[in-house]
Amino acid sequence: MSHLLREHAPITEQGWKLLDDEARERLTPALAARKLVDFSGPHGWEHSATNLGRVEEVSDAPGEGVAASQRRVLGLVELRAHFSISRAQLDDAERGAPDVDLETLDKAARRIATAENAAVFAGWGAAGIRGIAESSPHEQIKLGEDCEVYPRHIAKSVDALRSDGIDGPYGLALSPEGHRHVLETAEHGGYPLLRHLNEILGGPIVWAPGVNGGIVVSTRGGDFLFESGQDLSIGYEGHDADAVQLYLEESFSFRVATPEAAVPLPA
Amino acid sequence: MGFDQYHEPPEELPAETRTFARLCASLTEEAEAIGWYQQRIAIERDEAALAVMRDAQGEEFKHFSMDLEFLLRRTPLWREIAQGILFTEGDIVEHGEEAEEEAVEGEAAKGAPLAGSESLGIGGLREVTG
Repeated sequence: MSHLLREHAPITEQGWKLLDDEARERLTPALAARKLVDFSGPHGWEHSATNLGRVEEVSDAPGEGVAASQRRVLGLVELRAHFSISRAQLDDAERGAPDVDLETLDKAARRIATAENAAVFAGWGAAGIRGIAESSPHEQIKLGEDCEVYPRHIAKSVDALRSDGIDGPYGLALSPEGHRHVLETAEHGGYPLLRHLNEILGGPIVWAPGVNGGIVVSTRGGDFLFESGQDLSIGYEGHDADAVQLYLEESFSFRVATPEAAVPLPA
Repeated sequence: MGFDQYHEPPEELPAETRTFARLCASLTEEAEAIGWYQQRIAIERDEAALAVMRDAQGEEFKHFSMDLEFLLRRTPLWREIAQGILFTEGDIVEHGEEAEEEAVEGEAAKGAPLAGSESLGIGGLREVTG
């Protein structure tokens, strides 16, 4: 039995399938970081740390004439987003209801995906994760709200990466607001802005809740490393007569190997 | 009873697997029909009959392609391997070997769930380019 304790939940196999399918459907569009960075794993719940290949000296070695150092590792973080599902809704699903209300699950999926994106793109100091934007040595280019100038900003970012010898294809993570602006905009002559940006980048433009403005990254691989311990899963916490308490959970670490491989475009 | 497309007891199979099996059976039937028309056309001398059979074979091409597209949409790994083989030029076997290797390795790199895992199996989502 895994620590998710799913067997203890008053949920049938069909009910679990409904919840897992819904979670997958809601998470996949929102997990922007995974569409742009290298993914390693899942290595399992027991996987606790990422090898950084580095050591630091340790003073006061317990012996004369002995030098000591200690391996540095990056501990995996665990994220949990709690939610509660009404047992009446689960019963309706068993009867074949096609419109079961899973809003609490949808919101939890959005929260955990947003947190994952924020950790990767903006960083998470308390957890020792340096984000892509804060690691970048490139001058930030303010994205602003005027979509007409986005192609110029994106082209400038791609040019900065190329000048540093960072190959493409390049991808763009855009905040939900920025993404909506881009989708809504057609340039002079009616050419969709999205397609124009795609042509400049050569890679994907992803909808990225949790991102401030936008960020252009190389997607050639080897620059940004997401290491998954336990991949996103639904676990069971408890239940009463009315509802089942569940949670979405994952463990991961993230490292930037090539800080120059991204250009931040804050809002 | 025409339930030959099932290799396992149908009542034990999930609904999506039964649908998948039906479309696999349909794909086979369309391919057979294409082959039969090809043979008939090869020996027919009547131009009017030939025109009818060519038209009918065209229908089978369409049916076969629609079946195939459905199955590929439901099977990402199959789709990825097919993308490396279909509509290419050059050595078909070589393309096949390369496509299989890349797709299967890519699947592992993208984070296929661990055996026995209860995760959602989302893994990496970056499209392989180039």
